[in-house]
Amino acid sequence: MASGEVKKTRLYSQLVKAGGDMIEFAGYLLPVRFTGIIPEHLAVRSSAGIFDLSHMGEFFFEGDDSARFLHHLLANDILGLEKSHICYTPMLYPDGGIVDDLLCYCLEKNKFMLIVNASNIAKDEEWVREQIKKFNGDVIFNNRSDEYTLIAIQGPRSQEILSKITDIDLTKIKYYMWDAGIVAGQEVLLSRTGYTGEDGFEIYVDLTSDPAKIWEGLWQAGKDYGLIPIGLGARDTLRLEKKMCLYGNDIDQTTNPLEAGIGWTVKLDKDDFIGRGALLKIKADGLKRKLVGFKMLDKAIPRHDYLIFADGKPVGKVTSGTFSPSLSIPVGLGYVETAYSPIDTRLEIEIREQLHPAVVAKAPFL
Amino acid sequence: MGETRYTDTHEWVRQEGEEQLVGITDHAQHELGEIVYLEVKVSAGDKLVKGKEFAVIESVKAASDVYAPISGEVTRVNDAVVQNTGLINQDAEGSAWIVAVKPTDIAEFNSMMDVAAYKKAIGEG
Repeated sequence: MASGEVKKTRLYSQLVKAGGDMIEFAGYLLPVRFTGIIPEHLAVRSSAGIFDLSHMGEFFFEGDDSARFLHHLLANDILGLEKSHICYTPMLYPDGGIVDDLLCYCLEKNKFMLIVNASNIAKDEEWVREQIKKFNGDVIFNNRSDEYTLIAIQGPRSQEILSKITDIDLTKIKYYMWDAGIVAGQEVLLSRTGYTGEDGFEIYVDLTSDPAKIWEGLWQAGKDYGLIPIGLGARDTLRLEKKMCLYGNDIDQTTNPLEAGIGWTVKLDKDDFIGRGALLKIKADGLKRKLVGFKMLDKAIPRHDYLIFADGKPVGKVTSGTFSPSLSIPVGLGYVETAYSPIDTRLEIEIREQLHPAVVAKAPFL
Repeated sequence: MGETRYTDTHEWVRQEGEEQLVGITDHAQHELGEIVYLEVKVSAGDKLVKGKEFAVIESVKAASDVYAPISGEVTRVNDAVVQNTGLINQDAEGSAWIVAVKPTDIAEFNSMMDVAAYKKAIGEG
């Protein structure tokens, strides 16, 4: 297959059969919606939805120095991450900017799986290889993104539905833990993680297992519970309502994790890691700006890169914006000068050359 | 009901008595997805200029400009649609017209695409 060609996931025919409206995203044909962004979003909040997330990247690390290497590469505590546990962490540049945000799974001592953003797979691989060279230790790295199908089930009824097609005791898998076993007759790894703010699971299926059996199994098991397939459109509205960052919008190489509000994932007290020095200085100097959530006070919708005004002058920019299906109002995330970050601060968002009123709100919004 | 004619920017026009009704096509509403915001930039008495943007429609995912398919004087704005933008998704080419216009030149309507030509233009003909 020529590079640059659009790829299909192993669930492509299931997605089309289920009525998916397909678009090109991160090199794959994926559904932006099925029945509609709003009903899909509301289904995940009230019962459950299933997603094909095969575009995400899966990186594997092993070797006697792999834990030490990842502890240096990533901002969170990796040496203290026990088997079966997962952490969310940014991967930083030396100046404190963000290469990517990702999940790190401890598979066993000195064996890890990293889940990286689809749009960053090539960039992340290049960065990782460069850092492994510099680190000069026993680290074996493999990018196995092409081998994995990733199916997510998210929503309050996820556990009820999934438990019907697996013998794994899901109650033993706490938030940010994983286990391996059989789902719909297929061997998988699954974790209680997700990008929706609801309870749910992400199921990793490699080439030795059949993801179609899992998709069909979940579909049948969830039919009477209101389970429907969910597209990328609702994936975005769901994560935005919960103030979960989207790389490329809310975080990128020009933003640091402290101003983005994910400082809790950065362990400044641990041994030196890439970006530590820069973050210590940024922290000492005080944050110049902060990522806030805001609610619109009229009906216009804020979008990425729109200017934010306050006191008659520009004080920041929108990073993500949409119509919130749960709240039925437009909401957004954006960076504002720190003085304008407290909740209830009045803002104005410039939308098509007109200023529209907004207010800094508690985020997650629900 | 009179004949409906179309533009390649996905607006439609239909003669109803002395007025011509203007809206966005069913194809356009389907492409946009759930419409959550409509801003009509003209009121009754204003001039509509063919080719000029007179409204904005926003769906959850994106904003889209609506262009005047004909010139004339706006006689009415459809308040029902302004209050309930979801009507556009339900009945884009029927009750979800956006403005009613007294046209300046009937020749503009006559030179527009008919339904067969529009279907072909959107790849359904």
